[in-house]
Amino acid sequence: MTAISVERLDKSFGNHAALRDIGFEIAKGEMVTLIGPSGSGKSTLLRLFIGLTAADRQSHSHVRVLARDVQRQGHLVGARREQRRRTGYIFQQFNLVSRLSVMTNVLIGHLGAMPRWRALAGRFTRREYDAARRALARVSIEELAEQRANTLSGGQMQRVAIARALVQDAEVILADEPIASLDPRSAREVMEILERINREDGRTVVVTLHQVDVARRYCRRAIALKKGRLYYDGPIAGLTDTRLQVLYEDAGLDELGVHEDRPPTTGLLHAVG
Amino acid sequence: MTTTISDEIQARAGGRNWKKPLGWGAALLVLGWSWQGAGIAPGLLIDNFDNMVVLASDFVPPTFTNLTRYIHEMLVTIQIAIWGTLLAVICAVPFGLLSASNVAPWWINQPIRRLMDACRAINELVFAMLFVVAVGLGPFAGTLALFVHTTGVLAKLFSEAVEAADPGPMEGVRVTGAGRIEEILFGLIPQIMPLWVSVSFYRFESNIRSATVLGMVGGGGIGVSLWQSLRGFDYAEAATIMLVIIVAVTLLDMLSQQVRKRYI
Repeated sequence: MTAISVERLDKSFGNHAALRDIGFEIAKGEMVTLIGPSGSGKSTLLRLFIGLTAADRQSHSHVRVLARDVQRQGHLVGARREQRRRTGYIFQQFNLVSRLSVMTNVLIGHLGAMPRWRALAGRFTRREYDAARRALARVSIEELAEQRANTLSGGQMQRVAIARALVQDAEVILADEPIASLDPRSAREVMEILERINREDGRTVVVTLHQVDVARRYCRRAIALKKGRLYYDGPIAGLTDTRLQVLYEDAGLDELGVHEDRPPTTGLLHAVG
Repeated sequence: MTTTISDEIQARAGGRNWKKPLGWGAALLVLGWSWQGAGIAPGLLIDNFDNMVVLASDFVPPTFTNLTRYIHEMLVTIQIAIWGTLLAVICAVPFGLLSASNVAPWWINQPIRRLMDACRAINELVFAMLFVVAVGLGPFAGTLALFVHTTGVLAKLFSEAVEAADPGPMEGVRVTGAGRIEEILFGLIPQIMPLWVSVSFYRFESNIRSATVLGMVGGGGIGVSLWQSLRGFDYAEAATIMLVIIVAVTLLDMLSQQVRKRYI
């Protein structure tokens, strides 16, 4: 079964071609990393999957998620809200509502599936509360439920955001640089949670990363973008040091963002340096 | 790189050399021009000094015989301010949201902004005179006047808070499949609520001050007595009324500030 399918995707910002002729398919249950230097179009691609951005009008772009059209030739189609409900989205900056409690932030994941009047009144049922509590337990921060979101650390905030996606019961989880703002330990924990969701629940996970070593550790397949074009698509092992060197050739060394718990003199750095 | 930076500093310094005196010159010109228009004549203060001493002495001692009546009228003034502000807050929420560019499209937010501009441009006293004609003399006319003017002010302040809000949390709510209104309720309102509450209480404070003069045009409250005593040259009475106003306004300002501080 296909979870995400992208055909001949073009996206420009003004005269700048952000994405050109991108096409691939992601099967259900895969854990895929989108990789590439900053500005290569990873985040834009992820936003196109749920119609937060539309592709170019004059293109033959076609995006399908979970066997339903999201957009065709630059026009958003289909029931956008229902489609978004079935797709969880994790942001680099977490995007929690900072003045609300952790619990309410997680309950927000239910809004898309609730009857309208209950959603507007903010009346959640006992079952919805229970589901939220289970999601918090899943990301091991059950005890923070009553705290305000802005009192949490970055790693804790990202767990809340993941719990919100879990509550949505999303079949696909898209994560846009989920660990870029986190310290190494929180980053590892967040990646482990995503991996567990993929392995235990069979959810499809697509995660953009710029740390190659993290991608190698957690993902089986890599899709690499370079200057808006598909540069590599295949098993992560096939993304060899030589290929990485070409992928990052115009970017600075720091672009690789090699994990801090790794000594800085590994083969990878040599290959790229 | 270093040369361009130093060039820029030099350019800026050079710019300041002629811009600064020009700015001062323009400011002085505006001040002189306004001095004339405003009819400022310090000489009059000296010439009429004796008269002013007589006038000031007429205020003391204040007569406290009608104090309870004035306190009652001050309470009516506060009641006018409470309802004028509350009705304005209720209306300013939808108008404020609809005149924010990140919530409503331009063909909605532009007309509403112009409508709110109009409400704001006309002073409460003018509205009071109009409402006196419409609903008759009394506090209701004053309440309506405060309501309309304050709606214009609060809608603008509310919409500025909305436009300054972080779009991230709203996007976070949107991606869960929630609708547009849920996005505003859960992603936007919690962010801006403290600011809304704070400006509403601030407007309540200033509405109490405004309400004290509404009576002068028939809008009810303590302004009626103030106007009558001033017109009748009964300055001892006027002094009492002003004291009541000063005490009430000071107390409510302090109370309202406490509430504002606690909420943030």
